[in-house]
Amino acid sequence: MNVRIKFQKYGAAKFIGHLDVMRYFQKAFRRANIDNEYTKGFSPHQILSFAAPLGVGLTSDSEYADLQLLSSDTPEIMIKRINAVMTEGFKVTSFRFLKEREEHQKAVTAMSLLASADYLVSLKDGYTINDSICSQAEFQKEFEHFYEKSIIEIDKKTKTSEKTVDIKPMISFIAFNKKEYEYKLRGTVNVDSSEIPDRDKPESVADIYDNGILVYLQLDTGSSVNLKPELVMEAFYGYLGIPYEKFAWQVHRQEVYSRVTESGKLAALDKVER
Amino acid sequence: MRKLALSDETLLTIEKPARYIGGEVNMQVKNLKEIDIRFCMCFPDVYEIGMSHLGIQILYDIFNRRNDTYCERVYSPWVDLDKIMREQNIPLFALESQDPIKEFDFLGITLQYEMCYTNVLQILELSQIPIYAKDRTEEDPIVIGGGPCSYNPEPIADFFDFFYIGEGETSYNEILDAYKKCKHEGKSRKEYLEQVAQIEGMYVPAFYDVKYKAAGTIESFHKNNVSAPDKVKKQVEMNLSETYYPTKPLVPFIKATQDRVVLEIQRGCIRGCRFCQAGMIYRPTRERSIDFLKKCVNEMLASTGHEEVSLSSLSSSDYSNLQELVNFLIDEFGSKGINISLPSLRIDAFALDVMSKVQDVRKSSLTFAPEAGTQRLRDVINKGLTEESILEGAAKAFQSGWNKVKLYFMMGLPTETEEDIEGIAVLSDLIARKYYELPKDQRNGKVSIGASASFFVPKPFTPFQWSRMNTAKEYIEKQRFLRGKFNAQLNKKSIKFNWHEAELSELEGVLARGDRRVSKVIYDAYKAGCLYDSWSEYFNNDKWMKAFEDNGITIAFYNSREREEDEIFPWDFIDVGVTKEFLLREYRKAKHELVTPNCRQTCFHCGAKSFGGGVCFEECTGQVIDFLSENTTVDDEKSSNIKGVEKTASMLTVSDSQEVSDECKN
Repeated sequence: MNVRIKFQKYGAAKFIGHLDVMRYFQKAFRRANIDNEYTKGFSPHQILSFAAPLGVGLTSDSEYADLQLLSSDTPEIMIKRINAVMTEGFKVTSFRFLKEREEHQKAVTAMSLLASADYLVSLKDGYTINDSICSQAEFQKEFEHFYEKSIIEIDKKTKTSEKTVDIKPMISFIAFNKKEYEYKLRGTVNVDSSEIPDRDKPESVADIYDNGILVYLQLDTGSSVNLKPELVMEAFYGYLGIPYEKFAWQVHRQEVYSRVTESGKLAALDKVER
Repeated sequence: MRKLALSDETLLTIEKPARYIGGEVNMQVKNLKEIDIRFCMCFPDVYEIGMSHLGIQILYDIFNRRNDTYCERVYSPWVDLDKIMREQNIPLFALESQDPIKEFDFLGITLQYEMCYTNVLQILELSQIPIYAKDRTEEDPIVIGGGPCSYNPEPIADFFDFFYIGEGETSYNEILDAYKKCKHEGKSRKEYLEQVAQIEGMYVPAFYDVKYKAAGTIESFHKNNVSAPDKVKKQVEMNLSETYYPTKPLVPFIKATQDRVVLEIQRGCIRGCRFCQAGMIYRPTRERSIDFLKKCVNEMLASTGHEEVSLSSLSSSDYSNLQELVNFLIDEFGSKGINISLPSLRIDAFALDVMSKVQDVRKSSLTFAPEAGTQRLRDVINKGLTEESILEGAAKAFQSGWNKVKLYFMMGLPTETEEDIEGIAVLSDLIARKYYELPKDQRNGKVSIGASASFFVPKPFTPFQWSRMNTAKEYIEKQRFLRGKFNAQLNKKSIKFNWHEAELSELEGVLARGDRRVSKVIYDAYKAGCLYDSWSEYFNNDKWMKAFEDNGITIAFYNSREREEDEIFPWDFIDVGVTKEFLLREYRKAKHELVTPNCRQTCFHCGAKSFGGGVCFEECTGQVIDFLSENTTVDDEKSSNIKGVEKTASMLTVSDSQEVSDECKN
């Protein structure tokens, strides 16, 4: 059976890279005595794939991994069993059975489903932007000016060339507080499937800073178009005409989405059936 | 949430930040208000190597079973973080609490190989603890040394408050109890050390004076404090089946060198190879019971989630219940996706059968450790392995489908001649020829032979402790000569020849058999920037040579001198059980090319019987079993890759036997 789990990554665990997170989960499943399916051969390994690797230094409320199990308890019990063997910094918040693939149907990976992701980007305490941006209100004003431009160009470096890319179309929306963010979500996300009663929603693990300067971003994500929040911040610094300070910002992933073919809207990965 | 000692900015600037954050699976968390003793255990090398070490896991378990003690860990910061810590004056911290080590009561440092000595000084300096023990105050932690290098602690004696000689299971509780009492009674550091000196196995260097003769050798070695014993007796855990074993070992986030459950099946070795220090200092050979091991492995797999188990010991084929144990592991776990990583085994029907069950024959390789190129020299070193048995073992394995062979040799062994060196190339070629004796349709492509030659370094407490060691120059000449001989072989295209760094071996020689005067050289080399000397990319021989020169100390005195039979050695004050008389007897036999059978065949009264147990009390077979088919080994690719750093895999004072240096692969 195919299963998708959703987990949070926070605290010191943000320094653990993607490959190590995969190894961590494989061992965790063994400790929890989960009945994973293995590949055949001399070095069998669990059948497991992650949706979107999270960079070192980022925290997240919504990491996804797909696994194949031979048997399973109910989702509630499975979540408990896995969380009982987790260390601080990792917490499973959802466990969902996926629709079994029909014969001749092509296998889909969680990664291939990706269309969009939400980020919360916060200024860490102890850092400043410049002398004129000292509050969230001032930051919002500047950032909105920056976002109003019809074209936001950045220099994208690849191994062989350097080209100018307009990232504006890859940004679905920006928001400056939770309320505005949740309001704007309704415009892009499939409401039927994303409606979760607030009481059941796990508390966000995003770090909160005293300075209160932050921005929510919904960005295109996936194998063809992929915009990293760091690039948006770098472009903002370019707009301000000051050098980008990469350590000043804490990036937190709020959610990742797939696009629903029928409505064209987004659905969080734990709200889709495949 | 746990606080971190390093800022986000620092952690995101350096390589592998997860080395420094702690929080691993099975990490101990304790409330500082409820404990009396803070102990920091240190492996002075990078995290991935230190975390692979079973010994620290055993001690971590022993200490943390005490409600009054919190044992934490620290490893050497890598060079990138080292630089930042110096620039920003950040004190070195323990992984668990992330608190500075200078606030601890103890810092215990395991000494697994000589080339870590500059890293020891780095740990002390970054911790902001005075490097020399004599400069430490009541505020500083007590610095303890242990592990195989503490069997000659003299080159680093000035940097330690005391050394624990032997296996850690026996005496740490006494040491900690005494500390608690002293602290309670307001006793001084010196008063505490006087109590420590009275615990068997503990060596407090400050309580001893050394006098030297004009020629440089030791005139006398005497205690200057009545609390200290004349001789320090090695500590041994005699019942390995009713003792501590870490059933909840730490599981690192990043891939450690040893990313698996390690089962130590026995300690000691019955073989008595004359170059091998581990084979002497861990005597007598003691086995863990199979029931104990079965229980441990179940618990460890459940608590770690590891997907692999490996067995660890010297000469694993000598473990009495090896077949039963290996079959149990395969039957019990093979179907659960758990890999069994075999230790080096003697090639026989059992080994080949097991090997084909647990690994992919096409990908794995065989490892033989003939150590020397001719039978004459193998007799000198007491390596009871004959050419026939190597060729026979290789032939069997080739028939079963293997086509990769690794060979380990040493150059510079006592009495070595040009013929012995040439023998390395000749034997490698003979093995390749054996492969091509197979009918073509039974071959699996070409044969690939990797022959590597390390340079022999005489070690304390071995029969060769009197021997002259070759100079780096001689080694390089020998290696050139051998390369020429390899090129003259029929199958030269199938053989790849590797060798070790001669200068590194030369330095290891001085640090291994050095005395207290060498400590200033280590100090100066460290101050000049030497660090991570065991990592060839960081080894800087010129700086070391300058440190020797500045201190008027010649390498030749320590290395290029055949020692007199009655010379007082810096390590003579340690009683390891095996007597100096036995070692000398063995050295004389070596020169006459006489072999000594193993402990199970005949007892040669080495002295280890004084510990009152182990193989010494088994009935001897009395007969000399054929050496044919013994000592040839099969290894799988994974475990032999690890062997390169396996010199790192032992423990502070518990003598897990994996640290066996390159010389002693099987």
